Amino acid sequence: MQTEEMRLDGNAAAGMLADVFARDTTAAAATCAGCGTIAPLGALLEYGQGMGVILRCGKCDGAVLRIVRTPGRLRVDLTGVVFLVIPE
Amino acid sequence: MTPVRLEWQVSKVVDVRHETDRARTLVLDVPAWSGHRAGQHLDVRLVAEDGYRAERSYSIASAPEATNVELTIERLDDGEVSPYLCDVLHPGDGLEVRGPIGGYFVWTTMESGPLLLVAGGSGIVPLMAMLRHRSRADATTRASAPVRLLYSARTWADVIYKDELKKLTDDTTASIAYTLTREKSANAPGSRRRVDRALLEETAWPASDMPNVFVCGPTPFTESVASLLVELGHAPSNVRTERFGPTG
Repeated sequence: MQTEEMRLDGNAAAGMLADVFARDTTAAAATCAGCGTIAPLGALLEYGQGMGVILRCGKCDGAVLRIVRTPGRLRVDLTGVVFLVIPE
Repeated sequence: MTPVRLEWQVSKVVDVRHETDRARTLVLDVPAWSGHRAGQHLDVRLVAEDGYRAERSYSIASAPEATNVELTIERLDDGEVSPYLCDVLHPGDGLEVRGPIGGYFVWTTMESGPLLLVAGGSGIVPLMAMLRHRSRADATTRASAPVRLLYSARTWADVIYKDELKKLTDDTTASIAYTLTREKSANAPGSRRRVDRALLEETAWPASDMPNVFVCGPTPFTESVASLLVELGHAPSNVRTERFGPTG
């Protein structure tokens, strides 16, 4: 399977994002720590499903957000996002 | 509006509709349904007897105004979930779901201005929810959001919702253009090529009309169409995309 075919977008991670943030965040604007690009989480490139997801910046390909589900734990790496604006 | 926590619940299949040789619509009665917006999706979870779980996200096809929640599923032969949903589920069966999910790839009649929808294959599903939602609005609201749909499918037989699309676009404020990439018959409607720059120039609202754009299809389709639209002058923030993948 080619990587391009496996790549989805943050919309596909909406369920897992809701597990973390307890609300919908696909429309939330995330500022990438790598290049400063601001994009909705739903528009970021999404790799992998099942155990976890990585959302990558469409501009610099940096990992903006990582979520991994391990038994009894959700592990979240937010080092790639400097700012997150969540609409209410 | 969004539930504090998304809970799994068991919905009931009330009807199964044949759409095409590869697509079925599941009509679901979801007991604790908070209501959805057009473009949102639903997570489906299957649990095997040995505890193995598979989850997939499917776009909601029905209008927010409809009584039941409808999912149109394309059967992917090597998929884990879609063959079960398409071939095994029958009316009366239960199906574990949670949702609605998503707030980015969403359109409501509150967003006026021209609407451009570009579908690749079963990418039509969330766009159909938008068209159905729009069709429930009054004439003034519909006139304030004129819509053009460009629908790319392999063949005419693969086009989902044909009859309903004809009815929905039987209106001066709604139009549809088809392009069929592998159709052999000269009698089938539409163009015979992939969505390219010229086809978008012919069928889409020009960038100067500042339409709200929604593109949904397989990843290569969606990225190619979105890039072409930006080249044609559409603001990237007005072009909302949803990619779907090969794991069914």
